[in-house]
Amino acid sequence: MAVMNMIQAINSALDVKLADDPATLIFGEDVGYFGGVFRVTDGLQQKHGIKRCFDTPISEGGIIATAIGMGANGLRPIPEIQFADYILPAFDQLVSEAARLRYRSNGEFWAPITVRSPYGGGIFGGQTHSQSPEAIFAHITGLKTVIPSTPYDAKGLLISAIEDDDPVIFLEPKRLYNGPFNGVQGQPLKTWEGFAEAQVPDHHFTVPLGQAAIAREGADATVLAYGTMVHVAKAGIEESGVDAELIDLRSIVPLDIETITASVSKTGRCVILHEASSFGGFGGELAAQVQERCFWALKSPIERIAGWDTPYPHAFEWDYFPGPGRLAKALARVMENR
Amino acid sequence: MTARDAPGSPTDLHVPEPVARPGGHASFDHISFDEGAAIDRPSPEAPETGLRDYGYGLVRVLGGAGRAWDPGIDAEMLRRGLRAMARTRLFEDRMFRAHRQGKTSFFMKSTGEEAIGVAPSLMLGARDMCFPTYRMQGWLIARDYPLEMMINQIYSNEKDPLRGRQLPILYSARDYGFYSLSGNVGSRFGHAVGWAMASAYRGEDHVALGMIGEGTTAEGDFHEALTFAGIYRAPAILAINNNQWAISTFSGIATPAGTTFASKAIGYGIPGLRVDGNDFLAVWAAIEWAAQRARAGKGATLIEFLTYRAAGHSTSDDPTRYRPADEAGHWPLGDPVERLKAHLVELGEWSEQRHTQMVAELTDDLRSAQRAAEAVGTLGQSKPPVAEMFDGVFKEPDWRVIEQRRELGV
Repeated sequence: MAVMNMIQAINSALDVKLADDPATLIFGEDVGYFGGVFRVTDGLQQKHGIKRCFDTPISEGGIIATAIGMGANGLRPIPEIQFADYILPAFDQLVSEAARLRYRSNGEFWAPITVRSPYGGGIFGGQTHSQSPEAIFAHITGLKTVIPSTPYDAKGLLISAIEDDDPVIFLEPKRLYNGPFNGVQGQPLKTWEGFAEAQVPDHHFTVPLGQAAIAREGADATVLAYGTMVHVAKAGIEESGVDAELIDLRSIVPLDIETITASVSKTGRCVILHEASSFGGFGGELAAQVQERCFWALKSPIERIAGWDTPYPHAFEWDYFPGPGRLAKALARVMENR
Repeated sequence: MTARDAPGSPTDLHVPEPVARPGGHASFDHISFDEGAAIDRPSPEAPETGLRDYGYGLVRVLGGAGRAWDPGIDAEMLRRGLRAMARTRLFEDRMFRAHRQGKTSFFMKSTGEEAIGVAPSLMLGARDMCFPTYRMQGWLIARDYPLEMMINQIYSNEKDPLRGRQLPILYSARDYGFYSLSGNVGSRFGHAVGWAMASAYRGEDHVALGMIGEGTTAEGDFHEALTFAGIYRAPAILAINNNQWAISTFSGIATPAGTTFASKAIGYGIPGLRVDGNDFLAVWAAIEWAAQRARAGKGATLIEFLTYRAAGHSTSDDPTRYRPADEAGHWPLGDPVERLKAHLVELGEWSEQRHTQMVAELTDDLRSAQRAAEAVGTLGQSKPPVAEMFDGVFKEPDWRVIEQRRELGV
């Protein structure tokens, strides 16, 4: 057991898998000798050899196509896409190939690949280093999409993703790499030091895909969030004074519908929080699921708090980023109906 | 400024057009190759830097004595190749008619291109993997994949090995070295490279054959695959089926006139071979050379097979709308079945009589395979259990498909 930030926890997951499964290998832009632009693969090439962790050309489509071909031939590749914003050249490979291979071949071929990619804003990355594309993957039948919010979960979920026989998109909240972030700009940076979720075993362990975590128990409203927004939600709930239950979805596909349904049935109120823009976002699916399953338990309309429907703007980052204040107001609104 | 103002300007927009459209005079004079010239066969382990001219030549074996590329295969194997090509053609003609009779929704033929499916299938080994285009049914037929199963797939009936999930002819047959096909062209080209890299990673000597149409070489997939193949020295054979037509679009829209598809290899640092794709022996020889090179650890080869799509693109296509009806007759590289047959006759290893007898036997086999498949059912008469529609999305079903299957009541 050691205190790890999320970078170290992910590095540890990769290290564990490289050591225990010769079928795993890592490749992507700058991941080899240099260890990645966020240092996530730091030291892995030196420790496990150049064939286990190596650099690729700037070719996201090529990276994913190569990974699928390797996966079909018995390997378990863990490609990195340097920023989730850059994943779109590989979209056809993910949608038309990785997600469909098992189904269309009736199980003759499959793609057990885990695509790691940092996502989300709050780092002054502008339009091209800040986006949250999870909804477009959630819509694709045949892909799993996983988003951790703590170092412990990041390691356990990543090991589960790597060991899963289906393709997994593993989105890493880059704003949480070095410490938790409650969405309030301008405070001194926090590290993971001192947080229980940063106590991470050095050895192999898993957090199963498709199981949400109840990050905070509460009686009067349910907040659904994942990734960076889990920490923003904690702050927003505190600010609101509402006794809200916070559910950290951890994976959006497969989705832990039972935990969501049980919580909203208990509280009767639901607020959904995500950083991606609102329209067509994953919050729409969550709202529909909650409405279909919990309508008669609802005491007020379901609220969605999300990024505005604009590209991610550089100078206006903190006007765009859905902070705890917006959640607190939404919680106050849903509490108006008693 | 409108487009009409442009003529006469040195920067006038150039949009290429084929030599002839319907009603015009078909010609392939623009496809240059020296009829008599013999091209030497370099060592498969030769450095790439010495191989840069081969993408502009044309590897041929049939019709010339003592050609360097003659793979020296025996008459028994040549007859097997002839039989598989003839069988492919008969099968496709029969299934095309089955479509016209309303027995299925869609079909595609490889008429005139059979050597490109059959020769690599017979040349490569059981553990090698082909990442085919949809014009390679000959690969399966050459390896004696049961015709009845192919027809069951085409009819999407209860015995369809792909359980009614795929359009006709988008087969998958792992045990026959045939990777899962898709209607998206080009997106498996890079899988061949990844598959080959995995083989090399384990120190195995199995090679991957990736196939792509000349039209699809314009996709990023093609260039990404060649980039990776070159950099990581993947034991892959990357081949272009240049059959002159991508639906209605002639090859001059995929690459500019005056160059070749094979020569694209040069910039990626791998050898490129331009090969007579209607010459069974040349196709065999080129695949054999590239496989030897790959197994020797020298990496990938790009091969352009020059051929002609004698049929329409698919059952939904009418090629007389965009090319002269007699264009096939002008194709300078002939027909692969006729050429191999003539070669065998010349060798004294085949005769018209034996050929006629073979066609009769193949037709009988086909008829019984079709009859067996139709006893199960044609499209719509029979299909796998509907509940299976929900299987195989993931290895284990999640609650969505479990609930939806219940909602559908199956």
